[in-house]
Amino acid sequence: MADDANPIALNRAGLIGKPVDRLEGKLKVSGTADYAYEVMEKPGAAFGYLVGATIPRGKIAGVDISAAEAAPGVLLVWTHRNAPSQPAPGTQSQAGSQAPAQPELYDERIRFYGQTAALVVAESFEQAAAAARLVRIDYEADAGAAVVFDDMHAAARDTGGDEEAQKGDFDAAFASAPAVIDATWTTPVQNHCQMEPHASLCWWEGDQVYAFTSNQSVKRPQHALGETLGIDRNKVHLRARYIGGGFGGKNNSYADLTLSALAARELKRPVKIALTRQQMFHMTVHRPATVQRVRLAADRNGQLTGISHETISHCARADRFMERASAFTKNLYAAPNRRIGHKLALMDLPVAGAMRAPGEAVGMLALECAMDELAEQLGMDPVDLRILNEPDVDPTDGRPFSTRPLVRCLKEGAQAFGWDARIPTPRHTRDGRWWVGTGMAAAIRGNFLLPAKAQIHISAEGIVTVRQAMTDIGTGTYTILAQIAAETLGVPLEEVRIELGHSEWAPAPGSGGSFGAASAGSAAMDAGINLRSKLAALAVGDAASPLHGGDPAKAEFRDGNIVIGNQAEALGDLVRRASPQGVDAVGAVTPDPKGREYSQHTYGGHFCEVGVDAVTGEVRVRRMIGVFAAGRILNHKTARSQLTGGMIWGIGGALHEENHVDPRFGSFVAQDLAQYHVPAQADIAGLDAWFIDEVDDIANPLGIKGVGELGICGAGAAVANAVYNACGVRVRDYPITVEKVLAGLQALEG
Amino acid sequence: MRAFTYERAGDAAGAARAAARPGAKLIAGGTNLIDLMKLEIETPTHLVDVSRLPLAGIEPTPDGGLRIGAMATNTALAVHPQVRARYPVVAQAVLAGASGQLRNKATVGGNLLQRTRCGYFYDPAKPCNKREPGAGCAALEGFNRMHAILGASEACIATHPSDMAVGMTAVGGRVEPVDGEGRTRALPLSELHRLPGDTPQVETALAPGELITAVVLDPPPAGRQLYRKVRDRASYAFGLASVAVAGGQAALGAVAHRPWRATTAEAALAGGASPDEAAAAELAPAQGRGGNDFKIPLTRRLLAAALAGENA
Ligand SMILES: Cc1cc2nc3c(=O)[nH]c(=O)nc-3n(C[C@H](O)[C@H](O)[C@H](O)COP(=O)(O)OP(=O)(O)OC[C@H]3O[C@@H](n4cnc5c(N)ncnc54)[C@H](O)[C@@H]3O)c2cc1C
Ligand code: SF4
Repeated sequence: MADDANPIALNRAGLIGKPVDRLEGKLKVSGTADYAYEVMEKPGAAFGYLVGATIPRGKIAGVDISAAEAAPGVLLVWTHRNAPSQPAPGTQSQAGSQAPAQPELYDERIRFYGQTAALVVAESFEQAAAAARLVRIDYEADAGAAVVFDDMHAAARDTGGDEEAQKGDFDAAFASAPAVIDATWTTPVQNHCQMEPHASLCWWEGDQVYAFTSNQSVKRPQHALGETLGIDRNKVHLRARYIGGGFGGKNNSYADLTLSALAARELKRPVKIALTRQQMFHMTVHRPATVQRVRLAADRNGQLTGISHETISHCARADRFMERASAFTKNLYAAPNRRIGHKLALMDLPVAGAMRAPGEAVGMLALECAMDELAEQLGMDPVDLRILNEPDVDPTDGRPFSTRPLVRCLKEGAQAFGWDARIPTPRHTRDGRWWVGTGMAAAIRGNFLLPAKAQIHISAEGIVTVRQAMTDIGTGTYTILAQIAAETLGVPLEEVRIELGHSEWAPAPGSGGSFGAASAGSAAMDAGINLRSKLAALAVGDAASPLHGGDPAKAEFRDGNIVIGNQAEALGDLVRRASPQGVDAVGAVTPDPKGREYSQHTYGGHFCEVGVDAVTGEVRVRRMIGVFAAGRILNHKTARSQLTGGMIWGIGGALHEENHVDPRFGSFVAQDLAQYHVPAQADIAGLDAWFIDEVDDIANPLGIKGVGELGICGAGAAVANAVYNACGVRVRDYPITVEKVLAGLQALEG
Repeated sequence: MRAFTYERAGDAAGAARAAARPGAKLIAGGTNLIDLMKLEIETPTHLVDVSRLPLAGIEPTPDGGLRIGAMATNTALAVHPQVRARYPVVAQAVLAGASGQLRNKATVGGNLLQRTRCGYFYDPAKPCNKREPGAGCAALEGFNRMHAILGASEACIATHPSDMAVGMTAVGGRVEPVDGEGRTRALPLSELHRLPGDTPQVETALAPGELITAVVLDPPPAGRQLYRKVRDRASYAFGLASVAVAGGQAALGAVAHRPWRATTAEAALAGGASPDEAAAAELAPAQGRGGNDFKIPLTRRLLAAALAGENA
């Protein structure tokens, strides 16, 4: 689209980029946003409580629900023995279905620790929880059920899919290079720990079900529920208006949705179910552990001749989710000889899944530290090493980049941070009991666009309403869609309403993979442009309008008016008179096949200073900045929050986040937020992030790129590299906790 | 959570009487007990709420010590001018624990009697001798990174998680429990908590129902005071190891089933040993279980540095 026809590029009212506060922010901080579990539209909900299995694999041998059924307030107790029959898992019977049936309590098999084994519904939450503990289930574990966690290599098998990334002769390059790195990094199980637990509230009206749930998408859970209930999915009215964090852990729906719908049908009243904090660790997905071997080969000047990045990650026996931690290495640095690999180790663990920046978040913890080690070996500055290996075109498939401002990010970050004053040799600065050092890393994350639609309406009062089966998972989607609609139609932000989270509305892909703003936003702009055409046609064809007889192609929309030449009319006046029921339009975005001819990514550079306690090995971040490139920025406040949130997550990935697998039970040890550590306020000092100016016209009609996952990518590697620079200890087994640093300090002390 | 009945105590002896009945339990701030009740690790059938008893005063004793009412909140204790001026190690220890919200609610009595943070204790699906005597201890061969290196047993290797208690233990003093007859006794702080032995479910020397009314700290020992806590993040994490120093006295936290008065190190120092030697002597009997082996050198280094006065 030419810039002069693109309202977002024109940005006449200056709403694009403006750091507008989140529209729903007040509702959230005042506790009045109704999340799924709190919806009051239909009072009288009964409370469900789930019971999780306590073996990693096997079957239910015996069940006694009599005590639970007899407990006060109990309305229903289900196990696989008496739950309603449902289609087999994976059933996808309706044309165009986006998600298969997700039956629960459908057989005696236990496939992972924590799998839903029973449901209790009672008049109150407390009664349901108390009765749930009276459900007696005897398990028979399979002989040989085992978690081979300590030796992922032994269990690993190839996944394929990386054929195009094998280039040249890596082994030969590695064997002949004067400078090489060959090391293995490991990352642990991580859990999403969303603030809002997975929760659903369902009721039926005749043969229609209303389902309020916490999900990153609207269409997928709607389709899954239709398949599971064996009803036409159009009879499923799914609502996901507010979502208290998703991070990939709410891409799927879980037992709360399936069972609240089934129980509501059985009891003929609303039923709601929320997972407890403890249950979330096993009943939903987690980021799997990885073992990553990275090998680099370079000439004496630092030019890479070979890159190899091979990842093993674990997954549940019946599943095939892979943490594709090596994937981004295809696109980051130039080198003629390349090897990329991914292998899966199948284990009796809960199902793994996507977690914020799947792949990069943990993969960059390996590659970007390997680059730091190579820079040290060559006596080069790590920023210079990266700039030297900057490719002109995608190093794997030769496609041009849509934009590639990585070097700009690195240079601007280095300057802002004061990188040139850095001392490369470790253990150079002491501040009291702290060793102080600095580190950096690059950031890269793939950019995506998915098909989406939007519907738009302008009322006789001049209020513009955008409706989409889209979600805002706490990122600012409501707000940026309002900015796009207001800018497109030339109306004040206050006159725009954004309504999301209804399955009946125009389909959008939901929130995930950082594609939400581009996909939903492009469709919203298109709907706005189509509405403008309709309004222009209405005005020029209406004898009572001052614009009557004008050229609709010349219509402009600004300050709440439609303007042709020196004639103007307020949109509200026009609609009230000429179309009092309002005017509707729809819009859509379909990814342009031309986009696939380009390598599309977002980029950044992280710079970090840490202190390492010389006595205890404790690591604390002292300051950190990130400079990023992500196309046009729609809202500098919400976008920056995504980046800083991602960087904080990256700090957590380097220093804090870990769930220990107990192979004896096939379970995770941490089951609450006292044990599963994410950074606390006091861990985050002097954090800043900003964007360089750029527009990506290839990526999508808005010229934007995804920002939701970029901040985490590489952030932890900058921390790890700073730890080494501070105290001389390289920890390649994340997170970098006291015992690992201390062992290194003791070794250095001799 | 099991159903329970609730009463608000009218006076200390009445509370002790009510709490001595089978199934009854005292509740103060509730920040530990309620979490445990939700998981049915604690299953009281009757709660006696003592949080409103008029036992929150903090005042000097005639001999130069300090009497701290058991219902004083952790926050009130940490900010009290007497505590800050004369017992900074206690103030620092309290502030090193939990979060602002929790400290506003948590009481001194409840803090002393909070239960371990062993992950298996918190997971009712796992064997735990403390929760279910005779069931076995999942931590012995399991994930025991946080666990005890001193004074543990084959039955239980859990630690006492309190920071406040470590600061108080370095200073020394007594608790004053009252029973259902209204009789108060003086129990030295060092005897309040037990080592696990083969009855890890018995954690204190208190009789059922006995209510702590106050902690009476000894006069502050001459010399500097400090509290240092090693933890996995900068705040809001239980300690991996901690040390409190008050003059020539010291205590360790997160290393044993009770706050650990470092008497061996104290004696060594008094006998002219260096801080390194004193710390090494204290940790000589320490025993790791795999995951927590690192806590031995960690605690030794921490104690040595604290005794040497390194607190920059
Ligand atoms: C997330 C989290 C993090 C935390 N982090 C830390 C930390 O880092 N360091 C730390 O030290 N603590 C920490 N805590 C624990 C906190 O300090 C305790 O929960 C709190 O001190 C308990 O006090 P309370 O008054 O709420 O006790 P309650 O929960 O009311 O009671 C605890 C126990 O003491 C008994 N009891 C209470 N008062 C008396 C009395 N007067 N006489 C006899 N028995 C009594 C009760 O019967 C119960 O068994 C943390 C807690 C949480 C939830
Ligand atoms: S260490 Fe103690 S509390 Fe932990 S599992 Fe063993 S017996 Fe239970």
